[in-house]
Amino acid sequence: MTMPTAPPISFAHVGKSFANGAAARVVAVDDVSLDIAAREFLAIVGGSGSGKTTLLRLANRLTDADSGTVTVEGEDVRNADPVQLRRRIGYVFQSGGLFPHMSVAENIGITPRLLGWPADQIAARVAELLALVQLDGDGHGARMPHELSGGQRQRVGVARALAARPRIVLMDEPFGALDPLTRDALGEDYRALHRQLGLTTVMITHDMTEALLLADRIAVMRSGRLLALGTPAELSESRDAYVLQLLRTPRRQAERINTLLPGAGAA
Amino acid sequence: MTFFSDPRLSEAAGHLPDYLGSHLRVSIAALALGLVVSLPLAILARHRPVLRGLMLAVASIVQTVPGLALLALFYPLLLALASLTFAWFGFDFSAFGFLPAMLALALYSMLPVLRNTITGLNGLDPALLEAAQGVGMTPGQSLFMVELPLALPVIMAGIRTSAVWVIGTATLSTPIGQTSLGNYIFAGLQTQNWVFVLFGCVASAVLALAVDQLLALIENGFASRKWLRSVLGGAGIAALVALTLTPMLARSTSSYIVGAKTFAEQYVLSQLIAQRLRGAGLTASTREGLGSSVIFAALAADDIDVYVDYSGTLWANQFHGTQILPREQLLSELSALLAKRNITLFGTLGFENAYALVMPRKRAEALGIHSIADLAAHAGSFSIAGDYEFFSRPEWASLREAYGLDFRSQRQMQPNFMYAAVASGDVDVIAGYTSDGLIAKYDLVVLDDPKHAIPPYDAILLLAPSRAHDTALQTALRPLLGKIDIDTMREANLRASGNDADSSPASVARWLSQRIGTD
Repeated sequence: MTMPTAPPISFAHVGKSFANGAAARVVAVDDVSLDIAAREFLAIVGGSGSGKTTLLRLANRLTDADSGTVTVEGEDVRNADPVQLRRRIGYVFQSGGLFPHMSVAENIGITPRLLGWPADQIAARVAELLALVQLDGDGHGARMPHELSGGQRQRVGVARALAARPRIVLMDEPFGALDPLTRDALGEDYRALHRQLGLTTVMITHDMTEALLLADRIAVMRSGRLLALGTPAELSESRDAYVLQLLRTPRRQAERINTLLPGAGAA
Repeated sequence: MTFFSDPRLSEAAGHLPDYLGSHLRVSIAALALGLVVSLPLAILARHRPVLRGLMLAVASIVQTVPGLALLALFYPLLLALASLTFAWFGFDFSAFGFLPAMLALALYSMLPVLRNTITGLNGLDPALLEAAQGVGMTPGQSLFMVELPLALPVIMAGIRTSAVWVIGTATLSTPIGQTSLGNYIFAGLQTQNWVFVLFGCVASAVLALAVDQLLALIENGFASRKWLRSVLGGAGIAALVALTLTPMLARSTSSYIVGAKTFAEQYVLSQLIAQRLRGAGLTASTREGLGSSVIFAALAADDIDVYVDYSGTLWANQFHGTQILPREQLLSELSALLAKRNITLFGTLGFENAYALVMPRKRAEALGIHSIADLAAHAGSFSIAGDYEFFSRPEWASLREAYGLDFRSQRQMQPNFMYAAVASGDVDVIAGYTSDGLIAKYDLVVLDDPKHAIPPYDAILLLAPSRAHDTALQTALRPLLGKIDIDTMREANLRASGNDADSSPASVARWLSQRIGTD
């Protein structure tokens, strides 16, 4: 029997609604319960307005829940200082979210700087991270964000999220705006980092194919509710029409590719 | 004679250290105060729509008040405040010159800074603000590390706009007693010294451009991360500040300050008084271009020591006297009223500068008009022009009542241009000033006032409360009393309105001193 350790992130009956105009309130997250295991790679899939981004933001208190409990490494986030909480959780933003007036190195080193690391340690950590996200050499550190390609910017975004050695990384559609090749390469590279560094990762995506290829488990959200949760194999057993519809597209694509490119798939 | 060898140019250049230093000092102090107030206000208000709306509305309203009026309003405001602090806390402060000018200009500088700071901060990409939160910044860190640096170009544009406004508007602080580059402009306009006007305009424009470019350099350095530029720009501003503090530019401290209102006669008389004081071995300087009510309050508050006023003006404006008294009675009434405020009516200079109805001599003779009573018959077909205040003054009401005057039309004009207008027939009659030199120049005639509807306007020397028993001052001034007759003053005024090298108030004062035998 193993010691029951607290999950890195746990949602218990969490609800959140927003004011929308004068009268109505929009329910963004509706009674969601979900435990994320240590070293797990969880993808949250859903359309726009499904509440997936709100759910992610509840974990590092960019938003506070109306009801239910969110815990991070066993601690109720309501009792945590939000600033300290965010400094120990990596966050990768949708389009990078790099500060345009700071160099790549300054962007990567920002959280360590906020934590008061000495300058030489920050510099060493930045160099290490540039290598980790394969941006070493060529003086990338001194460049400004606008001088980078979209893929490079997103690599810097990942490096920035990892800078203060977090155990948890939250990603909000990190690769959504990239071209397919870059997107695939970055996804693979991140997946390798996730494993190598022993991270717990929660990634939001609207792309089921990406979720299937990268994640250990997939959570499907619709209208604020958690519709299904499981491994790709478990999801395929689902009887929910929406879940099956989400799985149909990647499956059909895979089949077509197999017919179009004989010998590529079934070995 | 070329423009560059004109002696008025070297005279103007001689004033530059004092005028420029004072101008810079008040502008930079006002800008700094404006920034210190409006930047935090803007940061506080950016997420509070009600406060934001209120603040911008107030700042916009301030902006619609003409600069001259805003500056003038601050003087009585501070004067009242000073008397309150004296009554409550036992201290007062000088409401004259620097303080009201700086406060009014600071208020004036706020709108562009407020608006641009709020616009700059509120226009930032919300995704970046979220990223700042997400990487673990506190609200303060987000403000200083992300929001302000990113909004800097817009904020700096606001600061630059307000710097240019303040430096330009500071020329209007002359009438409330703050020496500035406006001294050239006010003096030049009144004495038709276009070299001075031009010099003042060019100097303030060059100063505004220089400060604007230094601020641009700072901004550019930040934006392109070339810190040397920012350092150079900052050093330039610092050098300007240091310059205003050097002794060369510091106003020389003189024991006697002679005030002058905003017209040529006053410039000449103040120079005459200052020259006499210096001749008696005292140190004296002039504070020129002061507004009519500012100068009286400044004397009462000991901010200036001596100036020339006119009995009728004091009677009507300061003491709100409405009845028209004979000359001697008016002087003794005034003397008693002034004594209550500890001001000494030292004596009369010998001439009167009264309002008078004036028309071309030939036309008056042709029509047989010698007095205002004769004029009344023609008034229905005549037009009249007066200065900006004449038609709202009691003299006008009294004239109309006494003679039953009813003109076809009336116009307001810049006093300098009235005489030419009546001489050329643009208007038929003007309400001129008896001591004006242009009366002789254009061959005009002053119409008699047999009913004494216009009160006497004897030129009188007034001494500040602290000079009531100053024998050195009084001994030096006594020879001027009763010495300047109306013809002498008219000629002096005519000389001062000339556009040549000897027409500066100081040269005319020297001529006047020789003429009355006091030099």
